[in-house]
Amino acid sequence: MDLHNSKAYTRRAFLVRGVTLASGAVTIPYFLQKSGVVLAQSSMLNPTGAGVPTDRILVVIQLAGGNDGLNTVVPFASDEYHRARPGISIRAEQVHRLFRQSDLGLHPALEGMKSLFDDGMLTVVQGVGYPNPNRSHFTSTDIWHTADTRGVGAGWLGRYFDNQCAGSPAADAGEELAGHAGISIGRSAPLTMQGRAYQPVSFESEELFRWTGAEASREVADAYDQMMRGELDPSVDETNPTAAFLTRTAMDARIASDRIRRAVSTTPLTSYPRTGLGRQLAMIASMIRSGLETRVYYATLGGFDTHAGQGGAQGQHANLLRQLGDAVRAFYADLKAQGNDERVLSMTFSEFGRRVRANASNGTDHGAAAPLFLMGPMVRAGIHGNHPSMTELEDGDLKFHTDFRRVYATVLEQWLKADSRAVLGGRFAPIRVIKQG
Amino acid sequence: MSDAIRRAPTASMRAISRDRFGEAEARHLLWRAGFGGTDAQIATLAEWGPERAVDHLLDVNNAAGYPGVRSDAFDAGVIREFTREEQRAYRMALQQGDEAAVARFRGLRESMQRADRDQMRSVQRWWLTRMIESSRPLEEKMTLFWHGHFATSYRTVENSYHMFLQNQLFRSHALGNFGDLLFRIIRDPAMLKYLNNDRNFRASPNENLARELMELFALGEGQYQERDIREGARALTGYTYSGNEFIFDANRHDDGQKQILGTSGNLNGDDFVKAILARRACSDFIATKLYRWFVADDIPARGTPARASMERVIRDLSGALRRHRYEIKPTLRMLFLSEHFYDAANRHTQIKSPAELVVGTVRSLHTPVRDLNTLLDAMELMGQRLFFPPNVAGWAGGRSWINTSTVFVRQNTTAFLLTGMTPGSGPAFTERAYDPAMAIRDFVTRRPEAARDPERMAGRLLEVMLGMEIGGGRRESVARVLGADGQPLSNDGILQAMMLISAMPEYQLC
Repeated sequence: MDLHNSKAYTRRAFLVRGVTLASGAVTIPYFLQKSGVVLAQSSMLNPTGAGVPTDRILVVIQLAGGNDGLNTVVPFASDEYHRARPGISIRAEQVHRLFRQSDLGLHPALEGMKSLFDDGMLTVVQGVGYPNPNRSHFTSTDIWHTADTRGVGAGWLGRYFDNQCAGSPAADAGEELAGHAGISIGRSAPLTMQGRAYQPVSFESEELFRWTGAEASREVADAYDQMMRGELDPSVDETNPTAAFLTRTAMDARIASDRIRRAVSTTPLTSYPRTGLGRQLAMIASMIRSGLETRVYYATLGGFDTHAGQGGAQGQHANLLRQLGDAVRAFYADLKAQGNDERVLSMTFSEFGRRVRANASNGTDHGAAAPLFLMGPMVRAGIHGNHPSMTELEDGDLKFHTDFRRVYATVLEQWLKADSRAVLGGRFAPIRVIKQG
Repeated sequence: MSDAIRRAPTASMRAISRDRFGEAEARHLLWRAGFGGTDAQIATLAEWGPERAVDHLLDVNNAAGYPGVRSDAFDAGVIREFTREEQRAYRMALQQGDEAAVARFRGLRESMQRADRDQMRSVQRWWLTRMIESSRPLEEKMTLFWHGHFATSYRTVENSYHMFLQNQLFRSHALGNFGDLLFRIIRDPAMLKYLNNDRNFRASPNENLARELMELFALGEGQYQERDIREGARALTGYTYSGNEFIFDANRHDDGQKQILGTSGNLNGDDFVKAILARRACSDFIATKLYRWFVADDIPARGTPARASMERVIRDLSGALRRHRYEIKPTLRMLFLSEHFYDAANRHTQIKSPAELVVGTVRSLHTPVRDLNTLLDAMELMGQRLFFPPNVAGWAGGRSWINTSTVFVRQNTTAFLLTGMTPGSGPAFTERAYDPAMAIRDFVTRRPEAARDPERMAGRLLEVMLGMEIGGGRRESVARVLGADGQPLSNDGILQAMMLISAMPEYQLC
């Protein structure tokens, strides 16, 4: 590997600097050893060239707690719907109708989603779930994370990362990709992103993705930087492979930290709502703009466990949906201004929908099938699949007709250009929701 | 890869002689058989010599110094299954669409679950406190070993009291007899629930527990046939629990003929366990697990001298286990006294688990505990959430603890313990109760003039915190942070220097 052939480098400045700084050390960070060339020759040359697999980015937005699908994509013309949930149902005149003739509409707070829909950037996948639905938050979340109906094993996107390194020794698999091929904004890395070998980068705010000690004084911050750049004596004991491994990972971490924090500190091109999800998506857009070679980003919006006082057109659930729609709309406006919108597909998911019938506290309990959203200029806009029957229920819940793993297979095959069978451990037919080009 | 340059440790299991047991050896023993110690504790053990030091650590039955666990430490009834009547009424309500009744039952269950999750958090805090405070650190270290070995997660069990009971089972058998523990684990409510043996019926056997008993708990893959799993599952039918107690439900039990691992007859769960214990593969398997936990989690490549040395030692440990009929204590005594254990090639080679990092920092440097919840959260971010192992195989350990995110969490957690600083809090430490002299008391009192010299102080701090000599540029930069020569060293400077050392990769090793 020739790190000094800089002809093709678009991120030459970074690499040259990185190599120079690391050159004093016996140990070169993995990040430079293994992914320097890949990084240099990848999509950075042509940031808008859709169709190249490495160009494409997936953003996953988890709606944690179990989103009430019925009040998200509303079957407003159904008598059963209104009868089952007096007090929280949404009336026909309140919804954003999706098509003139359709009897489905988006929740009134989903203005953002409606504008994406009108711009051809939203598809609704109806009736998503899995057999024998589990109504435990823990278990059902694990099922969605692992794409396994028992909820065991590594995360589905983690396995995707693992498989990207096929051919390398399994033990080193996580190190072949850029360490930050997957970035999750949040306190801890979601299982979805954790592979058998691959571990994503995760941080709640960029301030947490750095050494706190640097805040104590200039002297200690400088000493730390010098140490992590390998400028202080060739201290790594190469006869102790574990020590050498730790040193290389720490050096990688510092480099990723610098790049990510620099990326996140830039001001977005457009304005975002001042909400938790708005902040997360703004960070992600900035990282995309900076040209990080990250393939998957993960954001989370919690609070969907609306057992009491859920509200109808307004209230608790409405606020959450508004936060979602407005943040995603701002995100795509920013990406469009960057010229990156076509590179980014976003999807939502939630561990389950909620029961058809409202409970006695004007809330809803844990249910089963629900719709999910796929967003971005490359989706086939529209509604995929029928609304599940309001009369043929299973245990009081909507029945699924689209296995969630078919959605994953679609994203893997048609967006990430990966072998979905290898990742999902079985054949799931993709659905037609992504433009083929 | 780097195995070629890795030096092979001696395979000798002879007891280390007293004159070769110094502070470095005492430090190694304290870290591996516990969670590290202060420089004063290290000096004491070194002075005692290997026999007394090892026996002191092994003496977990010594009740003096740290209280045992009271059985009423937690609420045994915080969560319960619905009674038969409640179940019937609930089903009826579901069928009849009586939403008010359904909501009432679900509300009841959810409020119990909430209370139970709160109690689970208390149990986590309680265990972390024990690890930090116990005067019998090996007892807690072995409890953690069994927790990872018989990995059971609250995520599935959803009963904090059952998790507590299982933790107590591990503690009471920490250095006891592995066979006894195996007989007990097939009666442990948390395990029965976790591996679905509460759904193991004569008419429809569930093989989960039978399989893992052989594959992950006692024999290892390839040491049994599919038939042994099928018949073993039948032997375990009817082993279930009610409330907080194990029950044997004879109506569910299959009392037909079975053949498991070469034994046949009308076998029950105990016969199944006996058949397992009779296998040589069982002692080999446990010896390997103990070896990886206490000596080296990184298996050297096949064919290398290091690998050969490891295999010989594991054979010896396995032989000791059989000789002592699966008694753990004499087996570990042999290991902790052996020349192999103290070989320089076996020191500073393990990556501290999150528990070892957090507990070890407090124990070895005497830092304040500061905030248990913060520490538990930090351990979770580092990949080790107590009572929530990722799967039935437990934590993979070793290098799997380390990635670009956990590196910062580890460094920042030790910075937090040392200074109380949290990200963004800046240099104005909100809480600075920690006096760094706690870590170097011996040095400061015995050699006051050296304690004023940044160079020598840097050397001592590196030695205390890393257990090894670090020279050159890194030592100089620690000295620079400590301050100018001739001036009395400020606590602030010492703390910053300690923070810097704790961010060195070697601090992650033990």
